[in-house]
Amino acid sequence: MSRIHVTTTINGDETDFLCDAEDTLLDVLRDRLGLTGTKEGCGTGDCGACSVLVDGRLVCSCLMLGAEAEGREVATIEGMARGDQLHPLQQKFIEMAALQCGICTPGILVAAKSLLERNPDPSEEEVRYWLAGNLCRCTGYDKIIRAVMETAADMRRAS
Amino acid sequence: MRYEAPQSIDDAVRLLAAGAGAHVLAGGTDLLVKLRAEMVEPEVIVDIKRIAGMKEITAEGGGWRIGAAVSGAEMSEHAGLAASWPGVVEAAALIGSTQVQGRATLAGNLCNASPAADSVPAMVAAGAVARIAGPKGMRDLAVIDVPKSPGKTALEPGEFIASVFLPARGERSGDAYLRFIPRTEMDIAVVGCGVALSLDAGGKVSAARVALGAVGPKVILVEAAAETIRGRTLDEAALADLAAACSAAATPIDDKRGTVDFRRHVSGVLARRAAVIAEARAKGEKA
Amino acid sequence: MALDQTGKTRDFKVVGTRPNRPDGIDKVTGRARFGADIVAPGMLTGRILRSPHAHARILRIDASKAEALPGVKAVVTRADFGDVPDHVADIMDNCMAGAKALYDGHAVAAVAANSAAVARKALRLIEVEYEVLPSVTDVDAAMRPGASVLHEGRQQETVPGGMSGNVISRVEFGHGDIEAGLKRADRVVTRIYRTAATHQGYIEPHACLATMGPDGQADLWVCTQGHYMVRNTCAAILGMEQGQLRVTASEIGGGFGGKTTVFLEPVALMLSRKAGRPVKMVMSRTEVLRATGPTASTSIDVKIGMRKDGKITAAFAELRYQGGAYPGSPVDMGSMSAFAPYDLENVKTVGWDVVTNRPKAAAYRAPGAPMAAFAVESAIDELAKGFGLDPLEVRLMNGADKGTRASYGPTYPAIGLKATLEAARAHPHWKAPLGENQGRGVACGFWFNFGGDTCVSLNVTPDGTVNVSEGNPDIGGSRASMTMMAAEELGIPYDQVRTIIADTGSLGQNEVTDGSRVTFAVGLATIEAARAAKREMCRRAAMVWGIDEDAVEWEDGAARPAGPNAGKFPPMTLKEIAAIASNSGGPIAGHHEVNAEGAGVSFATHMVDVEVDPDTGATRILRYTVFQDAGKAVHPSYVEGQFQGGAVQGIGWALNEEYIYDKDGILQNPGFLDYRIPVASDLPMIDTVILEIPNPGHPYGVRGVGETSIVPPLAAIANAVSAAAGVRMVQLPMSPPRILAAMQGRGRA
Repeated sequence: MSRIHVTTTINGDETDFLCDAEDTLLDVLRDRLGLTGTKEGCGTGDCGACSVLVDGRLVCSCLMLGAEAEGREVATIEGMARGDQLHPLQQKFIEMAALQCGICTPGILVAAKSLLERNPDPSEEEVRYWLAGNLCRCTGYDKIIRAVMETAADMRRAS
Repeated sequence: MRYEAPQSIDDAVRLLAAGAGAHVLAGGTDLLVKLRAEMVEPEVIVDIKRIAGMKEITAEGGGWRIGAAVSGAEMSEHAGLAASWPGVVEAAALIGSTQVQGRATLAGNLCNASPAADSVPAMVAAGAVARIAGPKGMRDLAVIDVPKSPGKTALEPGEFIASVFLPARGERSGDAYLRFIPRTEMDIAVVGCGVALSLDAGGKVSAARVALGAVGPKVILVEAAAETIRGRTLDEAALADLAAACSAAATPIDDKRGTVDFRRHVSGVLARRAAVIAEARAKGEKA
Repeated sequence: MALDQTGKTRDFKVVGTRPNRPDGIDKVTGRARFGADIVAPGMLTGRILRSPHAHARILRIDASKAEALPGVKAVVTRADFGDVPDHVADIMDNCMAGAKALYDGHAVAAVAANSAAVARKALRLIEVEYEVLPSVTDVDAAMRPGASVLHEGRQQETVPGGMSGNVISRVEFGHGDIEAGLKRADRVVTRIYRTAATHQGYIEPHACLATMGPDGQADLWVCTQGHYMVRNTCAAILGMEQGQLRVTASEIGGGFGGKTTVFLEPVALMLSRKAGRPVKMVMSRTEVLRATGPTASTSIDVKIGMRKDGKITAAFAELRYQGGAYPGSPVDMGSMSAFAPYDLENVKTVGWDVVTNRPKAAAYRAPGAPMAAFAVESAIDELAKGFGLDPLEVRLMNGADKGTRASYGPTYPAIGLKATLEAARAHPHWKAPLGENQGRGVACGFWFNFGGDTCVSLNVTPDGTVNVSEGNPDIGGSRASMTMMAAEELGIPYDQVRTIIADTGSLGQNEVTDGSRVTFAVGLATIEAARAAKREMCRRAAMVWGIDEDAVEWEDGAARPAGPNAGKFPPMTLKEIAAIASNSGGPIAGHHEVNAEGAGVSFATHMVDVEVDPDTGATRILRYTVFQDAGKAVHPSYVEGQFQGGAVQGIGWALNEEYIYDKDGILQNPGFLDYRIPVASDLPMIDTVILEIPNPGHPYGVRGVGETSIVPPLAAIANAVSAAAGVRMVQLPMSPPRILAAMQGRGRA
């Protein structure tokens, strides 16, 4: 059985890889491209730890085949900071202790960034529902929600 | 396993008709879960997203045709569709998380043939029709007739759903869908209820369709419930009759998500609440 | 401020502030390496075949077809392990079934192959012949004579004759005369409470990478709460010397007690030994739920007598905990903690440890205590409400204080229970108005906290920065806390210290990250290691100045002459001393090894408002406030985080989480879809109030905070829901069908 050759863009860089038909995008990112910042918590789309953007759309990379990435633009946690400049969400999560163990953090940051790009002024309820697919077992979500809201406020002030 | 991404409906049909081991991939939010659990082992996966029209929502005869690969998020962002059939759009939006919304489709939700599929009662209430592509060409089939039993559909070998059509919304009409889940998100419906109704000039119900999900082996169109409110204003007595009819029509089971008694009771509760929203929408009120 | 060891209060410079955690950037950029992120050249993929039966004799395993499959490099069954020492026999059996499979998901064989696809295929080629046996998963059913018995000959002599062989042991605690006390009561509440098994629910599945050479030396990378425990356990199971097995802890994606034992690790090592290649194993979520650490499900009788003024005259509880397929449910800790918040003249608890066909219970945050507190705090609430008394006042009247003889034996030193109750009473939440269908509940909780074996090594680099090496995985910010305590003690800035988690070859024995012990015990050892380094630096300064080393003291990050008689020398900073280290005797370090005692018990009071939908029984948490004693909050943000996280795990336990088995003992909900942990939209903000009643056993007054926060929520929410629904809820989870049925049965009861 021959492997599938896929050409795609990942975090702005043209990338190609070979994958098996059954490989998920998550498998490809982690096992073939070494981008292990995207995490697997369930493999069934129930936890959000594998969140990435595909053509700007937030998806679970465990629910997408690697082969489907042909010609798409994929954005992962590894592309969130610009060089040594953290994204404001990343900085705020550290400052406000919005992570404990950190396993859900990449997925939550990717999801939160996607929210703020669509809605720079979300209500607490909007943040909570947008992130409902990102499970966190450590924090009780309190500091995560606060960090997203505060980042949004900072970014509105800055723009 | 092979992966194919045909560019045309004909090519897709050919691939699907070639053997029993072909599965359609649109959003993939059900298929990939089944693949991982080794519940399905396809010989070939046919990704229909690169076929022209599959990602489009188009106006047609006053209604809307929704391509089989249109995601829930794309439906929610479509102002015209959301204005015509807010209940269907909201039902689709309830499927899974924001991430799942980025991929999950109406057609997939329908073809998965889960009794608890959120969008199906809403589509049935709306009178939606599936357009099916197959070796013999295209055919239309009412959404209510697509699921047969848990996991089984009326699709023949080689067929796939190419689009779903939502008819023109009548005047003074509105729809709504509500479901009950234990949490606020991320659960499968324990009970779902879609209501679509039209009012006459005097505010009485002139037409109604009421559909229940997750309380039988497939979606239930509750004609008795529609009958009980037709010709009436939705006052407390009418709503109580509607609720009673829905509770009576439900044929649920006990499982990890709910009990028979609970599901029967909540069928009525949701029907009543959904009808109130649909009525407000029919009156042009914000709901 | 807190007491130091001399009893003086002190002002802290670093402790009590909120600096950024040292591993923050790694964790927000995806660079942090968790269990499944570790790779090794030439590694194989290991996978486990699991029993589809809840209880079955394993008659035959034929792996020959799997072994013959191209790409398969090793197959392991229990036979490969031979006999293991008694103290790890149950752990071994849980990692790989012997004569019987004891629960749905029990491991029966494993393969290592050159790809995941080949490994999957190989598992299907392993033939296992089972003789299916009757199974039992309910604790009360398992105790009945005639129930299917899991193990013969394991019942201890504490159990009276005639009971099912599934009843393993009995414990009893208390003092006074229950019957006499009950006679003095104006009212006695007697009820049975039940709780479902819940899972720790960490988002990171278990993962490890093992490599063993033909010389017997091995390395293991693993996400665990205790890599020293992993080393010791695996070495015993594999017949290795501990010094030959080096275990390195990866970052850990949540544990909550569930990663305090081994599951994959001995199997991965055995596969690597047989294959001669590194073997990586990662569990799926389904495997995590089917085969790793849920907590016990319980059935608890409570009988409490109260006078109409609120004074408790007698308190009794009988606790039945099933801990899965092996002895060791946390019923002992449940029995000890049940009445720990109260000062009682007559108190008694009896606990029964029971085995069933479920995965072996692992520790889960304050193991055993939340269920006991649910029962006791519900009964106290019912009594208080029955007399029209304020439930906080009733708890204050009966609450334990310094000098109270605890129900489980010891007499308390200074404790914080009443401080949390008083803070709750004074908080605006307590007086806030409630609407229709809404209810408010309060409950108290207790946890012991632990210390244990701990090693810390602190090294001063030639340029005068400081590295702290400790042996406890950082599960939620502890590197920050250790860095802060080292900086505080040395009098240097936080950013001059870096803390790492050392592998098992680099430090002596360290107890697992459990029992809320790390900030207390590792913190204590860090402070002592810093003190040792300071003594050495004072000695170096004394040498330079030519004065007696006793005449030098350390203050504000520098050695100084102690008092005017010591001589007049400008202070020597840490950096200045570090620069001359080589020429004044060599590198400078401090270290401390201790079996830490004096952990200091911790108490909390939780307050919660809920709204119950009268038509559906759905509960919404409207407002939640945690009041807890932290002794001294080293990094208040992470203390708040522990309070919030524990409360929300408790909310899940109270409302939706449960292990659901069918009649054949097959788990029905092994996924995050139907094992329903709280999601962001389920919750309000979780407010916190940190009380600081210093622990005399720690130099800065620190108490563990991690576990107490999960103890009160079950009861607090049950009390709130009962108030809102108008009916007493006595079974968890309080799922909507259960609440609706209770409400519909209200008038009928």
